Amino acid sequence: MKISTLIAGLLLATSLPAGAAGPADFLQRFEGEARSADPGFAASPARGRDWFAAPHGQDWRCTSCHTADPGKSGRHKVTGKAIEPMAPAVNPERLTSERSVAKWFRRNCRDVVGRECTAAEKADVVAYLIQIGQ
Amino acid sequence: MHTMNRSFRQHMALTLAAMWITVLPAGAAWADDDDFRGAPLDPLYLEECGACHVAFPPALLSQRSWGAVADGLADHFGTDASLDPETLQTIRRYLDDNAGRRRSDGADGRPLLRITDTRWFRKEHRPGEHGLRSDTFSRPEVGSAANCAACHRGAEEGRYGEREIRIPTPGSAR
Ligand code: HEC
Ligand code: HEC
Ligand code: HEC
Repeated sequence: MKISTLIAGLLLATSLPAGAAGPADFLQRFEGEARSADPGFAASPARGRDWFAAPHGQDWRCTSCHTADPGKSGRHKVTGKAIEPMAPAVNPERLTSERSVAKWFRRNCRDVVGRECTAAEKADVVAYLIQIGQ
Repeated sequence: MHTMNRSFRQHMALTLAAMWITVLPAGAAWADDDDFRGAPLDPLYLEECGACHVAFPPALLSQRSWGAVADGLADHFGTDASLDPETLQTIRRYLDDNAGRRRSDGADGRPLLRITDTRWFRKEHRPGEHGLRSDTFSRPEVGSAANCAACHRGAEEGRYGEREIRIPTPGSAR
């Protein structure tokens, strides 16, 4: 996987403090989880982009709040409150907290898809977000 | 509905401004929500309950109302705002400790979930005063009464004093 190689390189270069998670860790974990169901699975940024923008049977899409360009600030669809960019290359705080990532995937997937997301869906989205602005 | 006498209001504003500067123990002194001008907010509360909208001041709803809000986070005004059990417990305690003393029940006796539905809020924001009109909340620059920060410029940090109120003029993009 090209992406994984790129990320592995990045990881080495930035060397995160022990215990902290980085975008690459999430990609690796979700990809690993998805492979236990489908050994041939490889995360795809292109699939992630399409899925992020597509409707999934509910009122909102991921892009409803995060915009079609996750490298830019979004806006909460109901309250209008600004949401910082989702792409880690633009906003280094993204995809660095276990707690935050688990919490928001759970909530946002239930709102947008009507259920929790699969590991494969999460891997694709993370691969897509990592790729933006690289 | 009563109208406060102007010099009394000014006097109150000065007194309360002075109290704001004198660092207060979080919440406690503000539990009488008629005179509410704001109170510092707990960082965890700010993070968890301020992600989708401003973190609303705990003093503006009763314990019963906050309990009902906390019970319903998985379906919170049409969105999933659920928390892990441990964080929920901490937030619950914070809301309980800092809730207002005034009741905030609806006509049916059930606790209201919205500050903006309370009698206090409606009285404080009635049209015809302080530049508020019947259509002010629905203007695109405001969107809804729950968008406190559209007018209260210190709302992100929990401040609602008069000096920081600015009603957006129609047509001004935000
Ligand atoms: C109704 C609005 C809304 C929708 C729709 C939405 N999100 Fe979010 N999302 C948010 C908010 C608000 C945050 C937290 C904002 C912040 O941390 O600044 C967030 C945060 C996140 C985070 C956390 C990032 C981190 O580093 O912690 C992820 C991941 C995420 N969203 C993914 C998604 C995905 C995937 C979808 C579609 C399935 C989606 N979101 C749809 C509002 C939304
Ligand atoms: C995932 C997004 C999200 C999170 C997180 C969230 N809320 Fe909300 N909240 C909303 C939405 C959407 C509304 C409806 C806003 C509107 O109608 O304009 C709302 C409305 C409210 C209202 C009613 C506002 C009014 O009209 O007076 C209260 C009170 C409230 N939230 C409390 C909380 C508390 C307490 C927390 C933390 C436990 C919290 N919220 C976390 C999305 C969220
Ligand atoms: C459209 C603008 C607007 C919005 C939105 C708004 N307010 Fe206000 N608010 C005002 C005005 C104007 C006053 C009256 C100021 C005065 O009494 O001089 C006021 C008064 C108050 C006061 C009393 C302050 C004082 O000096 O006595 C509080 C507290 C308050 N608002 C809280 C809120 C909260 C909480 C929200 C969101 C749930 C909110 N407001 C939404 C405009 C707004």
